[in-house]
Amino acid sequence: MKELQFDSAVIGGGAAGMAAALELSARGLSCAVIEREDELGGILMQCIHNGFGLIEFNEELSGPEFAQRLEEKVRSAAITPFCGATVIEVEDNGEHKVISCVSGAWGVIRIKARAVVLAMGCRERNRGNIRIPGSRPAGVFTAGLAQRLVNIEGYIPGKDVVIIGSGDIGLIMARRMSWIGCKVHAVVEILPYPSGLTRNIVQCLKDFGIPLYLSHLTTNIYGQDRVEGVEVTPIENGALMFDRSFRIPCDTVLLSVGLVPENELSRSLGIDLSPMTNGPWVDSTLMTSVPGVFACGNVLHVHDLVDFVVEEARRAGSFAADWLAGRRKDKELRVKAGSNVRYVTPGRLDPARDNKLYLRTLIVKNDAVLEVRLNNKTVRSQKKSHVQPSEMISFNLGPSELAAARESPDSVLEVSIL
Amino acid sequence: MKQGSDTFDVVIIGAGVSGANIARRLCSYELDVALVEKEADVSFGISKANSGIVHGGFHHGSKYLKARLEVLGASMFDRLKAELDFPFERCGIVVVALHEDEMRSVEQLYTQGVENGVIGIEMCSRERMLELEPKLSSDTVGGLYAPGGGIVEPYRFVFSLVENAQKNGLSLLTDYKVVQARRAGELWTVTAADGRAVQARYVVNAAGLFADEVSRIFGAEEYLVHARKGEYYLLDRQTKAKPDRVVFPVPTSVSKGMLIVPTVEGTVLIGPTATKVDDKEDCATTREELDTILKSARNMIPSISEGDVITSFAGIRSVIEEDFMIEASAKVPAFIHVAGIQSPGLTASPAIGEYVKDLLKKAGLRLVEKADFDPFVRKVPRAKDLSPFELDALIQKDPAYGELVCRCERVTEAEIVEAIRRGHTTLDGIKYFTRAQMGRCQGGFCTYKILKIIMRETGMKAGEITKRGGASTVLRGEL
Ligand SMILES: Cc1cc2nc3c(=O)[nH]c(=O)nc-3n(C[C@H](O)[C@H](O)[C@H](O)COP(=O)(O)OP(=O)(O)OC[C@H]3O[C@@H](n4cnc5c(N)ncnc54)[C@H](O)[C@@H]3O)c2cc1C
Ligand SMILES: Cc1cc2nc3c(=O)[nH]c(=O)nc-3n(C[C@H](O)[C@H](O)[C@H](O)COP(=O)(O)OP(=O)(O)OC[C@H]3O[C@@H](n4cnc5c(N)ncnc54)[C@H](O)[C@@H]3O)c2cc1C
Repeated sequence: MKELQFDSAVIGGGAAGMAAALELSARGLSCAVIEREDELGGILMQCIHNGFGLIEFNEELSGPEFAQRLEEKVRSAAITPFCGATVIEVEDNGEHKVISCVSGAWGVIRIKARAVVLAMGCRERNRGNIRIPGSRPAGVFTAGLAQRLVNIEGYIPGKDVVIIGSGDIGLIMARRMSWIGCKVHAVVEILPYPSGLTRNIVQCLKDFGIPLYLSHLTTNIYGQDRVEGVEVTPIENGALMFDRSFRIPCDTVLLSVGLVPENELSRSLGIDLSPMTNGPWVDSTLMTSVPGVFACGNVLHVHDLVDFVVEEARRAGSFAADWLAGRRKDKELRVKAGSNVRYVTPGRLDPARDNKLYLRTLIVKNDAVLEVRLNNKTVRSQKKSHVQPSEMISFNLGPSELAAARESPDSVLEVSIL
Repeated sequence: MKQGSDTFDVVIIGAGVSGANIARRLCSYELDVALVEKEADVSFGISKANSGIVHGGFHHGSKYLKARLEVLGASMFDRLKAELDFPFERCGIVVVALHEDEMRSVEQLYTQGVENGVIGIEMCSRERMLELEPKLSSDTVGGLYAPGGGIVEPYRFVFSLVENAQKNGLSLLTDYKVVQARRAGELWTVTAADGRAVQARYVVNAAGLFADEVSRIFGAEEYLVHARKGEYYLLDRQTKAKPDRVVFPVPTSVSKGMLIVPTVEGTVLIGPTATKVDDKEDCATTREELDTILKSARNMIPSISEGDVITSFAGIRSVIEEDFMIEASAKVPAFIHVAGIQSPGLTASPAIGEYVKDLLKKAGLRLVEKADFDPFVRKVPRAKDLSPFELDALIQKDPAYGELVCRCERVTEAEIVEAIRRGHTTLDGIKYFTRAQMGRCQGGFCTYKILKIIMRETGMKAGEITKRGGASTVLRGEL
């Protein structure tokens, strides 16, 4: 069994993993990136649509183009990528973390590193998670799987499609399926508002005349061997209107019902997870509850824009480098989700420097206010022309706004959307 | 052995756990045996979707054939496991009483178990129950403990039985739906929907839910097999509510109730419900029933959470009357009914194999033991069970063991290829053989990889691959 040693190791070679590794290597540290697939890039590789990189590169790229830009940098940096290698276990031996991965080419490799960045991305929620009753025929796919089948493998999953859930991947697949000559009969969403980005609603549904049923629940899937249709029931004031249920015939159902950070490895390492994000709980340096293990990208919390992923990952890489250089955190203050906020991450801030926070709100609202209170005193009140759960909100807080926290040891920062 | 000939000593109709046990038992004798199955693979009937429990022998009184075969069958599993390499564990069974008045029934179960000769069965106080299973509800007042009860992966059991029977000469014919039978001289001619035909000196009808139809096709006794659906939820192995033993409620007069089963593979199964259905292929799940399951399971283990659900499914029980109906036809010659194999059919199945062998002998079939009978199957190393050192050694021999296909259940390409080479070429067949697609992402990540491996190994085209045979094609073509 091969054993290798690096200063740092990154698990997952998507946008997050590559960006974190680049930062670590820029700081003169040796770094291994371990990626299960045969190439770097992660989920970006199947997103052949445009819309990536507006912030990062100031131009509109496709997913693979965005990935390629990062990959070229990775290849020219002193980074060792292991592709086609799946991490099956991470152990914490105090001084070192030991990562075991399997690959056909090398067998089982054990990689020792003093710092580890988790960047495993996320997986899609499936039919079982949302409990759609009915039969279990062929023809039910998660939208991301369908995207992979069409864009990378070149297969047609079905001809007459209904999409359940209005997440971004589903919306993008509605357009993609229409382009390859399939008929998309409807997108069905349980909530009263779409869960994908507004630009995708316009470009992927409206432009193709695909109906979007908001406040509708898919109450059954029919079909013995292959899907034959779905039953859809309107929701009014929280109640299902079964007398107005209707059936949409189709041979294919795509599910776009949310993503879940992929934290099985984190869990086995004993890392504390947040029930709100399903990602690791992290401090102001994006370090998890296991010292020397950092997290970024979709494994930390589900992002909608790759540009934010890269930005977050860069910071994770940089904090990991600081940590390896012996820097330990100072006093931190606690961050709490206030009114109308589903989660804020990270869970701790360092009052002595600039911090970046991400949050998701629970509400759809125009003319909202982002309110930040430190020990019950408002330190920021910022207008937001529109907020909705599908669009992540990010903001910075610096030493001047956090000054009060440096005096009192048990400071709490509460973030609300009003 | 006249391999490939189409005249057999015995043709068994139905490759469920009953037919598979009968087939394997008969293949230990100098006989030509065929097993015919209407589905694309074996164990695609009732035997794929059930609770997977090797029962404790206390639920039924010994006046029932099913109770006698249950106790005998249960005792045969250790040896079968050693020979056939399928997941089985004697984890034990508890029955939980949540009210004082339920303790009367628990006593009855206890007495019944003792009368049936069950070893180690124990009446338990509240303290003993909570010591055995600390996750039980604080309302627990006492219960029953049967340490010999166990859990098994039913489809793997059937796959192993059939594979071993094939090794010993069995002819397996799948996609073979029996639609016609004629008797001429000493032989039955058994014809399939697609026109294929085999001849048999004896026929065993182990057609599960469709045993009544098959009986009719042969002009034998008229009876009706009723279908009773049972719905389940499957919980992620990460659930905090997993008990160590199978947890039963106190049964009612009509059903054993809804259970909590820690499966051999580490997930947790809750259910089944019991609803009479008209359509024997109606495996649809319903919202109401699923809600009932959660509620009932939480009565026993309150920490069971909806968030742990990874999938739901349903199985259908075949019920004629209160008992199994295993007997030679009185109406037509050389025809044995193995019908109404309701619960505990899985548990009883090894004993059903013995019983049917004896019935055939009584009906004149000559049994000569096969000198070279080989009771073992070739074990497939499973990546998930190996230490890193063992896995590394295996990858050096076969790099396909280094290609992880299903990450949730840690299944490698080598295992998928092995499944395909052993005849499991549908997505479901591969799922049951390897567990790939069975974990928390339910195939979200690995399905495309499996599709590609099937194409490579079998030469099938994209549009030909099915989920479970028939018209269940997965893809509609290529771009
Ligand atoms: C379908 C879809 C459409 C999107 N569209 C847009 C868009 O239009 N514009 C935009 O800006 N953003 C978009 N995004 C968001 C953005 O692209 C992603 O959030 C981002 O790429 C995620 O990067 P990541 O590195 O965190 O995760 P991933 O890209 O998922 O990378 C994780 C990597 O880790 C690997 N991995 C996981 N576990 C292991 C293990 N045990 N061993 C080895 N490797 C492992 C995986 O193989 C994967 O390559 C989209 C996202 C999706 C899913
Ligand atoms: C919800 C549920 C839970 C259960 N739990 C347990 C348990 O925990 N423990 C236990 O011991 N038992 C349990 N049982 C009972 C057990 O599952 C069954 O008794 C057993 O699987 C029956 O097996 P079988 O071979 O008789 O039927 P099947 O598995 O249905 O096999 C019959 C086969 O015949 C085939 N067939 C039908 N018609 C034709 C035809 N015309 N031509 C060719 N082939 C045909 C079918 O396709 C099928 O594959 C449970 C049952 C259910 C439904």
